[in-house]
Amino acid sequence: MAGKVVTISSGKGGVGKTTATANLGISLASLGKKVVVIDADIGLRNLDVIMGLENRIVYDLVDIVEGRSKLRQSMIKHKKFEDLFLIPAAQTRDKMAVSPEDMVKLTDELREDFDYVIIDSPAGIERGFRNALEPADEVLIVTNPEVSAVRDADRITGLIEAADKGPGRLIINRLKPDLVKKGEMLSSDDVYDILGLKIIGIIPEDELVLSASNSGIPVTLNMDSKAGMAFNNVARRLTGEDVPFMNLDDNPGLFQRLVRFLDGR
Amino acid sequence: MQEELIAIKGVNDGLLIALSTTEKWQSVTDQLAARIDEQSDFYNGANITIELGARPVPKYELSSLKALLERRGLKLSLVLSESDTTRNSAAALKVPTKKNGESGAPPPSKQADVQETAPVNPEETGTYGTMFRRTLRSGRTIHSDGHVVIYGDVNPGAKVIAAGDIVVWGKLRGYAHAGVIGDESAIVCALDMSPSQLRIASHVVTSPPGKRKRVVPEVARIRDNQIIVEARE
Ligand SMILES: Nc1ncnc2c1ncn2[C@@H]1O[C@H](COP(=O)(O)OP(=O)(O)O)[C@@H](O)[C@H]1O
Ligand SMILES: [Mg+2]
Repeated sequence: MAGKVVTISSGKGGVGKTTATANLGISLASLGKKVVVIDADIGLRNLDVIMGLENRIVYDLVDIVEGRSKLRQSMIKHKKFEDLFLIPAAQTRDKMAVSPEDMVKLTDELREDFDYVIIDSPAGIERGFRNALEPADEVLIVTNPEVSAVRDADRITGLIEAADKGPGRLIINRLKPDLVKKGEMLSSDDVYDILGLKIIGIIPEDELVLSASNSGIPVTLNMDSKAGMAFNNVARRLTGEDVPFMNLDDNPGLFQRLVRFLDGR
Repeated sequence: MQEELIAIKGVNDGLLIALSTTEKWQSVTDQLAARIDEQSDFYNGANITIELGARPVPKYELSSLKALLERRGLKLSLVLSESDTTRNSAAALKVPTKKNGESGAPPPSKQADVQETAPVNPEETGTYGTMFRRTLRSGRTIHSDGHVVIYGDVNPGAKVIAAGDIVVWGKLRGYAHAGVIGDESAIVCALDMSPSQLRIASHVVTSPPGKRKRVVPEVARIRDNQIIVEARE
């Protein structure tokens, strides 16, 4: 088996990379894929919290890379999905502890056993970003529909292309259709006009995201959440399925019943 | 037919180019650039003496002429002039200069060295540059000592800097500086011209805010000492 390494990056912090990583991990697992998610944000660990696996951490990425623990015993299995694993970030070590070559070696090993290796990249363009980029087969760039986030997404895309990892696909997160309608927020077309990247997902603003993250049960497990469904669609598009974009303007009640019906095959 | 503003002669160690002393400087240098580009292998690598007669040429004009020549591989090795202003400009640019006393008449040249009747060569040589075939993104820059052609957009936060011309087959929304070493004949073209800032030689314009109704290909160039942008007919 030759799994695919997908890196989630953004440039700007706080746009939803970790949220996207956790939700894609869950969604892909629920589609029956074997998945491992890696938190490459050395020093700032939080993927484990969002996935509700914080208390189970014994070893971390640096332990694995430095050979202190075996890969198999270091990965944390998800509570609900048999085939979903997490490799947590080291919390208090120096940023140089892991090199891009280490990441390539690690992911090459993981590719053997998993369909998807998803790497949550830290904000910025430092070592952690290089680590996350180097092993990537594909990069998903997360942005919010605002000028500064789009500018940073453009910047990171320039670096991704310069590293021959381009062009990458785009996740537009936290879109508020009512504000777009009023002309107070960039539309997905506006974002596309600047970045020219293929859009793999448009995720609406959804307060369920935060409560889900706090409870350690990512929002994609909540069928009442539009954001959860949108993340689920991203996962399906990633597997090659052709999924139409959902209409974010619809009456939510009716819309969700309809989607549930369609998904209930 | 266009009036000849330039007379060119071969002299023993290069070319003597006499420029009209009355015509507008921009027209004269434009015609010179065009002449050189037409026959660049004839001029290739030559030492150039420029004869300016009594015209007072300020330093910025002379430096743009010097840059125009250098960008085409030509060295400005001597400036002949009766004007103190012009000779001071040349001195300031470290170009050797001499007073040409003989009432502006071109100096005698050796007939044997005249090469104007070179055999016709159908091959155009043009001038060189850098091709970039994708969108130039924020934080990325391109420098060229020739021209730059971008097949893609130039995004906000990206920079294109060229000694020569800049052609953007896409949207120009970042920073562009053509003629960066002083060539005032440089141009900037784009399918959608909305740069954050546009410079040609030492001239600057910032993009007017607000959206235009119709987007058409446009060209920016220097006219009457300022950058003007006009639709390409
Ligand atoms: N679609 C969304 N709707 C509402 N809140 C969101 C959404 N996506 C992310 N958030 C919130 O934004 C914050 C930052 O998200 P996070 O995934 O940690 O960003 P990053 O990893 O890029 O720094 C979190 O509080 C998260 O709950
Ligand atoms: Mg994060």
